[in-house]
Amino acid sequence: MTDLGLPALRSGTESVPTTDEKQTGKDFTSDQEVRWCPGCGDYAVLKAVQSFLPDLGLRRENIVFVSGIGCSSRFPYYLDTYGMHSIHGRAPTIATGIATAREDLSVWVVTGDGDALSIGGNHLIHTLRRNVNMTILLFNNRIYGLTKGQYSPTSETGKVTKSTPMGSLDHPFNPVSLALGAEASFVARTIDSDRKHLTSVLAAAAAHRGTSLVEIYQNCPIFNDGAFDAIKSPDTKADAIIPLVHGEPVLFGAQLEDGRGAKALVRDEETGGVKVVATADVPAEDILVHDAHNPDPTMAFAISRLTDAGYLNTSPIGIFRQVQRPTYDDAAREQVATASTVPGNDDAADRSARLAALIGGGDTWTIL
Amino acid sequence: MVAPEKEVKQLDRVIIRFAGDSGDGMQLTGDRFTQETAAFGNDLVTLPNFPAEIRAPQGTLPGVSSFQVHFADHDILTAGDAPDVLVAMNPAALRANLGDLSKGATIIVDTHDFTARNLTKAGYTENPLDGDTLAEYALHTVDLTGMTIEAVKEFGLSRKDASRAKNMFALGLLSWMYGRPTETTNAFLAKRFAKVPDIRDANIAAFKAGWNFGETTEAFVVRYEIKPAKMAPGNYRNITGNLALSYGLIAGGVQSGLSVFLGSYPITPASDILHELSKHKGFGVTTFQAEDEIAGVGAAIGASFAGQLGVTTTSGPGVALKSEAIGLAVMTELPLVVVDVQRGGPSTGLPTKTEQADLMQAMFGRNGEAPVPIVAPQSPGDCFAAAVEAVRIAVTYRTPVMLLSDGYLANGSEPWRIPGLDELPAIDPDFATEKNQGSGDDAEFWPYLRDEATLARPWAIPGTPGLEHRIGGLEKGDGHGNISYDPANHDFMVRTRQAKVDRIASSLPPLEVDDPTGDAKVLVLGWGSTYGPIGAGVRRVRKAGYHVAQAHLRHLNPFPNDLGEVLKRYDKVLVPEMNLGQLSLLLRAKYLVDVVGYNEVRGLPLKAAVLADVIGGLVAEAEGIDIDLTPASIQQESHDD
Repeated sequence: MTDLGLPALRSGTESVPTTDEKQTGKDFTSDQEVRWCPGCGDYAVLKAVQSFLPDLGLRRENIVFVSGIGCSSRFPYYLDTYGMHSIHGRAPTIATGIATAREDLSVWVVTGDGDALSIGGNHLIHTLRRNVNMTILLFNNRIYGLTKGQYSPTSETGKVTKSTPMGSLDHPFNPVSLALGAEASFVARTIDSDRKHLTSVLAAAAAHRGTSLVEIYQNCPIFNDGAFDAIKSPDTKADAIIPLVHGEPVLFGAQLEDGRGAKALVRDEETGGVKVVATADVPAEDILVHDAHNPDPTMAFAISRLTDAGYLNTSPIGIFRQVQRPTYDDAAREQVATASTVPGNDDAADRSARLAALIGGGDTWTIL
Repeated sequence: MVAPEKEVKQLDRVIIRFAGDSGDGMQLTGDRFTQETAAFGNDLVTLPNFPAEIRAPQGTLPGVSSFQVHFADHDILTAGDAPDVLVAMNPAALRANLGDLSKGATIIVDTHDFTARNLTKAGYTENPLDGDTLAEYALHTVDLTGMTIEAVKEFGLSRKDASRAKNMFALGLLSWMYGRPTETTNAFLAKRFAKVPDIRDANIAAFKAGWNFGETTEAFVVRYEIKPAKMAPGNYRNITGNLALSYGLIAGGVQSGLSVFLGSYPITPASDILHELSKHKGFGVTTFQAEDEIAGVGAAIGASFAGQLGVTTTSGPGVALKSEAIGLAVMTELPLVVVDVQRGGPSTGLPTKTEQADLMQAMFGRNGEAPVPIVAPQSPGDCFAAAVEAVRIAVTYRTPVMLLSDGYLANGSEPWRIPGLDELPAIDPDFATEKNQGSGDDAEFWPYLRDEATLARPWAIPGTPGLEHRIGGLEKGDGHGNISYDPANHDFMVRTRQAKVDRIASSLPPLEVDDPTGDAKVLVLGWGSTYGPIGAGVRRVRKAGYHVAQAHLRHLNPFPNDLGEVLKRYDKVLVPEMNLGQLSLLLRAKYLVDVVGYNEVRGLPLKAAVLADVIGGLVAEAEGIDIDLTPASIQQESHDD
């Protein structure tokens, strides 16, 4: 597993029971036939998740996958864990209930760009702001697949689809920018076809205590084929992918003689953001060193803006932000625990007696 | 102590309405008078009525807030049709409430606020206190504000702060008039304003001054005595519907051993349930104030999947937003309690007024065949038992349950006999722990294998080894629960989900029919908060010497098994509702009985007198007789509403 250079924090799966039994991807594979289109990027993600889950060493019965509606949302059916295929856009709400109710569960949400950003946009931002302990895998194929090819909230403006024969008019969301704006504590982006990177991001996301938002670029071969070719093709990907590694200078493009990438990120004094320059043109100390742990999300946001809003030619990939802050579910359980241990409330088994006292309280009178 | 020269008159019942500007503290005044009355031992029913605006423009008609309390020396069922006493703190309060008074009623006005400006704001061109427009009433003009300021001047408050204690002066005066005990109010004020001694002392002083004014002034020559009511033995407290409902949900959690998880979004008139439950985390209650109605129910469904008792509380507009999620709970067959505190609709409608027009929404307001059991409380205190019943059904049958309260029940109050815990049902979550299909190495867990008696499916919660399974909104194959698009399977599953809900009826007691002599030809059937007015109307008709039967439905879906047979026993069935005939429609459809509806949607409870007339008319028709319900023909002078 790639060492992402993260400090030891309270783990996202710390309260989840572990097992010493040897697990394999097969243990996490259900008996249901997978029914995505041939060539769909979802297969690669499923395979990666199935083979990654044993690495967590958690008891299988303590893992829950929740999804909404869309192609990717069939995901839970193919995993032999607990799961719920819920309704359009609402998976984060259901996962919030599960995660708050049960500290001993590892909770995952599988969603798509339409599910998470269109019909479920409100739930996504509020879950991120609350920082409920769960990992959200946002499969972004920049198209509506299950309803057969309408543009999505991440489709580039001008996209010609069945519902937009003259081109779409909407300006798209950048999911990473949105998540950072909602003050998400963990935001990453990865690619369906890069198993190694995908797995490393999943590991970091699962280890993070709080809401981890992982955008996964995922190709839809039927309705939006080639949307991510630039970052996948061996010919172009060196220039297309801006790799983010905590503590490392942000360099990409063809290798220079010294082994560094030919392009670098530096602060843009004019805009206050960041810009791409030729590595050779700037002093090494000016090159941005990625700091995913910066409590201020400003720089992460600036980096996220380097993602093309139109057809994808350039995109930062990796962990944009990982900071620790209190989680909603921990705090909610803490309040219940505190209230349950105040004098008079300390006998959880004796709720009946306390109930009798509660309903018999206030100003009462007796009729004989 | 009563001054010797004051006459004391005995009354069996009184209806008092406190009315003022929404900033005048009328709800508090009414609530305190109610607590004093409860402590004294009268039976009582209250009707708060306030605007949706937090502070409508001062002194205007839309800003009038009122609190009506009906109390008696015998058991009563409604907050009363027409107040005997109106306390009006300003011209708008007088104008807004005058039409509800019966002739001869007592009116006490605070003259201080009858200024030219306030009269104009209320739409008066002349001061009604000057002419003889109020000649038919017993009018008392008192400078409540002026006397309050005088009474509290030693505390050095600003004139504005001093005048704010006028509601306590009014309360003191009324407490004297009706011989209310004052200890609870003094203790309440001492506690409420403990941190601001000046305000505390001023309020207590104003309260005392109001009492003393009654005792010494020559303006009030009569005191009234209403003896304590004879009520069934037991411990009592006064309780509002929302509080009783909150306690019922906590009790449901205790009885089932499940932690309550409330996912909710603030909405009038349901928010008080969220407020109340958030105080009781010591019972393992989690309250989640969600970003919207959908997130509230979604989180509750998630909590239920995880093994807690998912609850969501809302009003009609919120139910509309939650509909899809409730359908998911129907499909996934998870326990869920959906509380709908109904208010006037459609759309935003009348947020602070009552109505019972969400029955069809509760019954059918989802896509597909999505049956949901419906339970309705009939009085504020009954909200407790109804909530426990909703939990029982939700947990036992693995289903969402609609609990239909309404604005009147939510904010109204009555003395409630506090039940013993041994009167509550035991509720068994009966979590699945073992595989249930096949044996040995081939054994599997099938999430949709059903209990033969209840048709409930197993509830296997995450963390249970070997029972990993997936559920969702897509149609399930019978038994194994995997996705199935098979036509015959879908037909079977749709019918099975319906059959499961229908089967709840076999766990219900027979419908209680109140038909004292068995001679009635007319049955009055209701549901929800109309219980009180219907009961009072029925009493009036019976007192006039006629026969009428009454029954009230706790369960709207499924109906009790014997309902059809009960309906067929009567020549006429009257169904009064605060909607345009929703229960009538269900009864006609299911039992082919031509029920007669009586329908009002005025945002207020039905009136007993009106219902008595309607019932009387139907009795006349059914029995071929003339009916006379005028007071002269009634054995007792007053009505036991």
